[in-house]
Amino acid sequence: MSIGVNVEYHLKNFGLSAEFNIPEPGITALFGPSGSGKTTLVNMIAGLVRPNRGHIQINDHVLFEHSRGINLPVRERRVGCVFQDNRLFPHKSVRDNLFYGARRNPHKLPQDEQQSILDMLNIAYLMDRRPNLLSGGEKQRVALGRALLSNPDVLLLDEPLSALDHARKQEILPYLEWLRDHRKIPILYVTHAIDEVARLADHMVVIDQGKTLATGSVFDMLGRTDLATLAGRFDAGTVLPARIVSRDPKAEVSFLECGEQRLVVPYLGRPNTDRVRLHVRARDVMIARTPPRDISANNIIPVTITKITDTPGDTIDVTMCFGQDADATLLAETSGRPKIHARITKWSGSRLKLQPHQKVFAVIKSVTVNGQLRDR
Amino acid sequence: MISLTPAEIEALLLSLRISGVAVACALPFAVAVATALALGRFPGRFILDAIVHLPLILPPVVMGYLLLIGFGTRAPLGAWLYETFDLRFVFSWTGAALASAIVSFPFQVRAIRLSLENIDHGLYQAAETLGAGAIDRFFSLTLPLALPGIIAGAITAFAASLGEFGAIITFVSNVPGETRTLPLAIYTAIQTPGGELAAARLAALSIGLAFTGLLLSELALRRIRKRAAS
Repeated sequence: MSIGVNVEYHLKNFGLSAEFNIPEPGITALFGPSGSGKTTLVNMIAGLVRPNRGHIQINDHVLFEHSRGINLPVRERRVGCVFQDNRLFPHKSVRDNLFYGARRNPHKLPQDEQQSILDMLNIAYLMDRRPNLLSGGEKQRVALGRALLSNPDVLLLDEPLSALDHARKQEILPYLEWLRDHRKIPILYVTHAIDEVARLADHMVVIDQGKTLATGSVFDMLGRTDLATLAGRFDAGTVLPARIVSRDPKAEVSFLECGEQRLVVPYLGRPNTDRVRLHVRARDVMIARTPPRDISANNIIPVTITKITDTPGDTIDVTMCFGQDADATLLAETSGRPKIHARITKWSGSRLKLQPHQKVFAVIKSVTVNGQLRDR
Repeated sequence: MISLTPAEIEALLLSLRISGVAVACALPFAVAVATALALGRFPGRFILDAIVHLPLILPPVVMGYLLLIGFGTRAPLGAWLYETFDLRFVFSWTGAALASAIVSFPFQVRAIRLSLENIDHGLYQAAETLGAGAIDRFFSLTLPLALPGIIAGAITAFAASLGEFGAIITFVSNVPGETRTLPLAIYTAIQTPGGELAAARLAALSIGLAFTGLLLSELALRRIRKRAAS
């Protein structure tokens, strides 16, 4: 499973040149501010916009290749799309909407797989309604079902949550996690919301002003402070994989393990050994030179500073790796030992005389636990 | 209740038949032209638009005259139709239907075009990604979504053709039982000495018919809207 995109596109006052490869299934976030060209890029993969140059390929299925004059029509591309504005057919029932693609596709999904999608999306009770009687969340579930039942090679989700309020978003997110974990279909997920990226994505493509800036695993990308400034709304932080090991007797907190480090988070209500994804924003991390005592923060991690970066404004970003052993910085680069980022004021930085290789303590004010981590 | 005379019933039924046939025969063409105007991008679109709207602007008598030149039995097109299909328009109710169809054509096209232009283009894109080709999209999306407009257009055109006078009398004359529709019957009654009462009765009939038509169209539109909302 792979998606390869390398395209150029020019309009009068908008140019786009994008290049990225995604080698695995799972969710790839196409992340960037509004107007950066995300939707145009997705429309090119779907065939709704024609690039001026380049090629687009899904697995070994070439969708577009300028030099060979290949430009597959939309309906032969086998892409499933979920649009921001759901685009359900208003004159058809939910059932007819759901099976619109399936009825037209010679490569149908087996009956039991169709059923498992319908069961998962929990839309059986909506079948005979018209779309205009559904809530925003229900509409997006039906739109997701309609795309999935057409048995596509790739799923393109163009800001599927952006028109929903917070509660509706929380309602849809678990369905997307289920998709990521239970269906072997690559998903390209367009968003400008970093919390969605942190929660859902495995890979990340950062795009700004029509250019792809970087591509990589979400764990690496979210920590890159250089992208933070470029991509505007990018709220730098760290995504850490962790495992639940136990809980306290009163079930007030859960104990997690991240590398060799033990972490405490509010009780998760999940079984031990469950793997979860933590998102720690850089501005929620403080730095102390000595281990602070009598402090409300639960997580104080011995770390070694690997890098200090200036940011625009009066802050600096401090990258630290877990552990204070002599070769900690080396291990962070070679063996993937977890890193964490802190954003502090320049003044604090110089007051503490912070510098690379220094051994300090990262004090984490709050941790967001983002859904279940995919087991690989 | 006042009972109608045989001549009045004849005129009423003739009017209904001519308008009905005119609208029904013109409808497929109206859908095609409206689709071309609303969704097509081709050279000459503006000219097609102008030609379709011509009957709205031209005096009906001129339309009748043009039809006479085009479809008279001695005109090339009229002669050809007569010889090949045994289709004669002059002095015949079919001619009246043809005149009505052409004169009421712009009403149909305008209503259908408007509803076609209101369809969200994104729906077509969605259908395309789901594997629907152009013809498939036309029948599964365009037609059903434009249905309220098509019905509204047909009703307006039917009403407009019930009132057609100038084009009919110029093209196919005023033959009782063949081309004498309600408006022509009223005209005849007024021209006849002592025909004031007959004219008044026919006028009342026309008014009644118009009201019934309005009522029915309103009911039909309500049902469509209700169905679309449920």
